[in-house]
Amino acid sequence: MSKFNPNRKAGTLTAYVIIALGALIMIAPFYFMFTFGTHPRDEIFKMPPPLLPGWAVPMNWGLLMRRVPFPKNFMWSVYVSVLTTGLTLFFCSMAGFAFAMYDFKYKKQLFVVVLGTMLIPPFLGMIPTFMIMNALGWIDTHRALWLPGAAGALGIFMMRQYITSAIPKELVEAARCDGCTEWRIYWSVVLPLLGPAMGTLGLITFIGSWNNFISPLIVLRSVEKYTIPLALRSMQDPQNTPWGAVMLGAGLAVLPLLILFVFSSRRLIAGLTAGALKG
Amino acid sequence: MAQTATQAAQAAPSPPPETGGTAADAAARHRGVRRQLLVAAVLTVVVLAGLIVNNLGKLHPEAGGQPLVLTLGKWLGIAVGAGILGTLALDLLRALTQFKRTAPYVFISPFFIIFAVFGLFPILFSAYLSFQRWDPATGLGGMKSVGFENYTFTLGDAWFWLSIKNTFWVAVASGLPQHLVGMPLAYFFHVAYKRFRNTITGAYFLPFITSSVAISLIFTTLFSKDFGVVNATLDSLARMPGIGHFFPQQHIDWLGKSPYTKPAVSFVVWWRYLGWNTVLYLSALQAISADLFEAADMDGASRWQTFRHVVIPLLRPMMLFAVTLTIIGNLQLFEEPYIILGPAGGVERSGLTTAMYMYQTGFDYNDFGTACAISWLLFILIAILTFANQKLFARHGGTEGAA
Repeated sequence: MSKFNPNRKAGTLTAYVIIALGALIMIAPFYFMFTFGTHPRDEIFKMPPPLLPGWAVPMNWGLLMRRVPFPKNFMWSVYVSVLTTGLTLFFCSMAGFAFAMYDFKYKKQLFVVVLGTMLIPPFLGMIPTFMIMNALGWIDTHRALWLPGAAGALGIFMMRQYITSAIPKELVEAARCDGCTEWRIYWSVVLPLLGPAMGTLGLITFIGSWNNFISPLIVLRSVEKYTIPLALRSMQDPQNTPWGAVMLGAGLAVLPLLILFVFSSRRLIAGLTAGALKG
Repeated sequence: MAQTATQAAQAAPSPPPETGGTAADAAARHRGVRRQLLVAAVLTVVVLAGLIVNNLGKLHPEAGGQPLVLTLGKWLGIAVGAGILGTLALDLLRALTQFKRTAPYVFISPFFIIFAVFGLFPILFSAYLSFQRWDPATGLGGMKSVGFENYTFTLGDAWFWLSIKNTFWVAVASGLPQHLVGMPLAYFFHVAYKRFRNTITGAYFLPFITSSVAISLIFTTLFSKDFGVVNATLDSLARMPGIGHFFPQQHIDWLGKSPYTKPAVSFVVWWRYLGWNTVLYLSALQAISADLFEAADMDGASRWQTFRHVVIPLLRPMMLFAVTLTIIGNLQLFEEPYIILGPAGGVERSGLTTAMYMYQTGFDYNDFGTACAISWLLFILIAILTFANQKLFARHGGTEGAA
């Protein structure tokens, strides 16, 4: 046993208090968001601000629906996010499998290119992306959102790491000896074993796509086709923003992520930081 | 029972080999066809469901246009077509990956195709465009080569320099505290909350995974001048005896007066990324052997001494990584100020960042060439700073920084 050290005890106590206070600051804005969503605008801007939930949800919903077709926006968000996530899982697992299990010419160089794409800041391609979408006639369509997002370097990196560490090369060799085609090795042998990595990558991709603001801002034009972040932003009005309705909408936008996060925070945090530790 | 069945199967005459294959081959073919049909059916149902869900309005009898049957029939056609195409695409992939030597190239090709079209091409085009004058209204033929004019114009543009100043202001004011708070916080986590650590780390991580738009909208209300929660809190703190005079006695117009917009935005950015950095540092701490902490404990080191002499040096590699991410991310700051202060950056453009200025130049002033020049100048700046950061860490880091 280590000897008694009053300094250490005090230090530990400070740690408990500071972390708890910090957590309060982190959570408070979310609490206010959900609370404000249940109050009309004039009650939100009162002194002191409302601290308990109110009864104005139906009214705020009505105001929200008068400004934007919220259920439609929600559906589009689901549509784009699910499609992006599905394609990302498919393409990234394929590429990760190739980089983990095959030896081929220029493999090293190609992998460096994949990792290098992570260093390109997204704003650099913003203007020309708009021009390309314009030239293709894809402005105000959703394929302009999910197709460019259908494969990413982070996903390939994660998949390669996972396949290298979790699936022995002998398994693939054995399958090949048994007469499996390359496609079957990927589809029936490797893919079913990728569950945990697919879950983490799926979460990360879904959250990123759900929250994406800049791409829809550039591409989408009509309120009918907006995804949620864009719909929420379009409710801002220098004169008379219906803040109760906006907070209700923001709450509804955050709620799915919150539910996902409650069930997966450990896996998500581990997945996001694993790349940092190895990279 | 099973035995007799097998015996019966063996006793039955095997099918004549006129198809050129054995029974097993036929069965395999049969299975393949069934699988294809299954894939096609699943794709058809998914596409059909997607079409119906996304066009619910058109199904309303009063929506006008075509009769319902025709619309549904068209969608069914599209869905079946998609199902067949999808199956063919999978078959194509299967056929293309036939040979072990070429299969990996096929497996990695989707990424490279997507990257070439939507990643590489835009960047190359952006470089080209930054030397052109072009208004999208004139069409692609209206492009005119102007040499370095866009760059010289931008470098002489007062608003560009203002945006650079703003970006740096917010990047430093939000970025530095992220690490100065994040590191001790990670250490606090390391010594406290052993039991509820996951829950409470989750609370810190929540802002990071939440939509920046939702967050910015919340803070717009919290920072409101007369009735915002921030001012209300400061108000009650100011009325406290003793510590009261440390706090402002009057309401601060956070979003309406130019000296306060940048601190407000910086706070939001700090709040959003603090958890991310803390978790990064915590994961690095957890990778450190527990023996080291025990040794410090045995030597009677206080928490502060442990932090100063054990934790900080060991966190150095992670610091390099995390600071690099912060530099890259903060210099591209766009969404938070865009929502909180508006597209023009608020009062006197006091919150206009360079990324916002680029967006404005392109999409509001329709000057795409200059917008591309701005984006390249910003990119060069980010590259230089990232490089300088690496060098700085390498010089002061010594050998333990080699990760």
